[in-house]
Amino acid sequence: MGFLNILKVAFNALKRNKMRSALTMLGIIIGVGSIIAMTGVGAGAQQEIDSQTAAFGTNMITIRPGGMTAGGVRIRAASQLTLGDGEAIVKHSDLITAQTPVIRMVASVVSAERSWGSPIFGVNTSFTTIRNWGIQNGAMFTDQDYRSGNKVCVLGQTVAKNLFPGQDPVGQIIRIQNVPFRVAGVLEPKGQLASGQDQDDMIIMPFTTFQKRLGVNRDLDYIYVSVRTAQDMDAAIEDIRTILRNEHRIPSYGDDDFTVRTQEQVNELAKSISKTVSILMFIVASISLVVGGIGIMNIMLVSVTERTREIGIRMAVGATEKDILLQFLIEAIVLSLMGGVIGLIIGVATGLILEIFTGWNIIVTFVSVLISMGFSAGVGIFFGFYPARKAASLNPIEALRFE
Amino acid sequence: MGEFDVHALRGITVDIHEGEFVAIMGASGSGKSTFMNILGCLDIPTSGEYLLEGVPVAQMTRTEQAHIRSRKIGFVFQGFNLLSRTSAIENVELPLMYQGITAKERRERAMEALKAVGLEKRFDHKPNELSGGQQQRVAIARALATHPSMILADEPTGNLDSKTSIEIMAIFQRLNDNGITIALVTHETDIAQYAKRNIVFRDGHIIRDMIVETRLNPEAEMRKVLATSIIDNA
Repeated sequence: MGFLNILKVAFNALKRNKMRSALTMLGIIIGVGSIIAMTGVGAGAQQEIDSQTAAFGTNMITIRPGGMTAGGVRIRAASQLTLGDGEAIVKHSDLITAQTPVIRMVASVVSAERSWGSPIFGVNTSFTTIRNWGIQNGAMFTDQDYRSGNKVCVLGQTVAKNLFPGQDPVGQIIRIQNVPFRVAGVLEPKGQLASGQDQDDMIIMPFTTFQKRLGVNRDLDYIYVSVRTAQDMDAAIEDIRTILRNEHRIPSYGDDDFTVRTQEQVNELAKSISKTVSILMFIVASISLVVGGIGIMNIMLVSVTERTREIGIRMAVGATEKDILLQFLIEAIVLSLMGGVIGLIIGVATGLILEIFTGWNIIVTFVSVLISMGFSAGVGIFFGFYPARKAASLNPIEALRFE
Repeated sequence: MGEFDVHALRGITVDIHEGEFVAIMGASGSGKSTFMNILGCLDIPTSGEYLLEGVPVAQMTRTEQAHIRSRKIGFVFQGFNLLSRTSAIENVELPLMYQGITAKERRERAMEALKAVGLEKRFDHKPNELSGGQQQRVAIARALATHPSMILADEPTGNLDSKTSIEIMAIFQRLNDNGITIALVTHETDIAQYAKRNIVFRDGHIIRDMIVETRLNPEAEMRKVLATSIIDNA
């Protein structure tokens, strides 16, 4: 029997039990749909992390107190970073163009009418250059402000919106721990990190102000530095290590008591986490496909039993075992492929909806379409074969007598 | 305990020639169905030979037997065995599909076969829209469509009333007059009288094999049936 005829017979058989066929396809639909959506989200997340790397400042290096042993365990004990460390780095390395100390605390912030809890960062004026972050309105605080420890600050978008809805915050006064600060400017919006952290929910002020006015007198949380070009990153890391080891008087056999990381490395970590999550999702989706396949096998076995008499008739009028085998196998494949196509559509639609919610670019690649279609056809063949084999090996006489 | 062999047929020898019209008779369990299944290449004898047009077919593989069924044998069953929800003409086309014949030729040959049984006007009716007699005529058309060497009919009138049975037997007689070999199983002696030769089975043996001296004429029989029904109604 010609392939087109077999296909027609398969479609007719599936049409006869529309509800049953649809329910049988559901497992495959869910499986393929989630594979498409998951790989799309995964690829989108990777791309997002890449673009964030650029936004964060590709040439940025973060230095933190506390070393990292070979095993990857951080040691915090008794290690510290000082203002002098940052200054020494810029002074002794030609590759480093700027540095800023970073100290951080979370406090509640009050405007005339509202209050808001937000992380507050003490930094210097190089912060915006290093983080590649512009001022939307107003201005960054000045070097003069830094030197004098003036009570000024710059707000992130989220803070500005929450404290001064519908108003221009520039020139207004906010209070932190009852100390008044003048708002000098508002930062450009930067959006969320892949981790979901809102980068715009922050206030920056001069490091000196932070220490003097908020009464915080402790060591730095980070030092951010900016490297001249991306090619100099590795050399810059070496420079920093040499300078800091020297500053901290670490003997040659001692471990670093600080950690130097490029943004690239930080994001590698984020990427590897998102990859692991994608793989897990893929496994879950594959399980759904296998369960869907078992559903197909189950329904095909029922179908073979129901249609025993039809099989007998077909054999009596000349169908070979191969004809019957193909008929049922193709029926199973049609079932799973149709499920695959519907799943593909639903997966893409889910991706588009997620795109609206996350703002990420959901990427459905040709490869993921190919893999999921191949997967569903494979499921059809694998789980359809046994019932088809069973149908083909029926004895025509017994099949004809079957009631 | 367990399975044991039942010898449905025991060492019988029969020759059926081209153009014959044989009625195979016997009580249930006499072996006539097994005999038909072997004739139809649906069953394999445990021993012995079966030559169809001089070709030994008894020991063929299942696939080879399927090809023989497809090309040389047309089946007509007691229960009609049409595919439900499939139109008359598509049912008739079914065996042609397994021969790989093109759609156009299939349609032509199926129509020709439906004409031979007088059902060409009902070609697009589904089995549940046809009477029992009409369904059996579709089944006969299906058997005819492949131009087989032989038509095997297993109790073809078993589910039909006497008037429709006569119509079906008239079709068989006409087909046989046109040169088609027919073997039919029946347990009704009057149905057997439409054939040219009767073979009677009992306990796996042939107990009688004879030429029918006075064949029944469907037209005369029909007149009788109509006459009685008029009397009954009066």
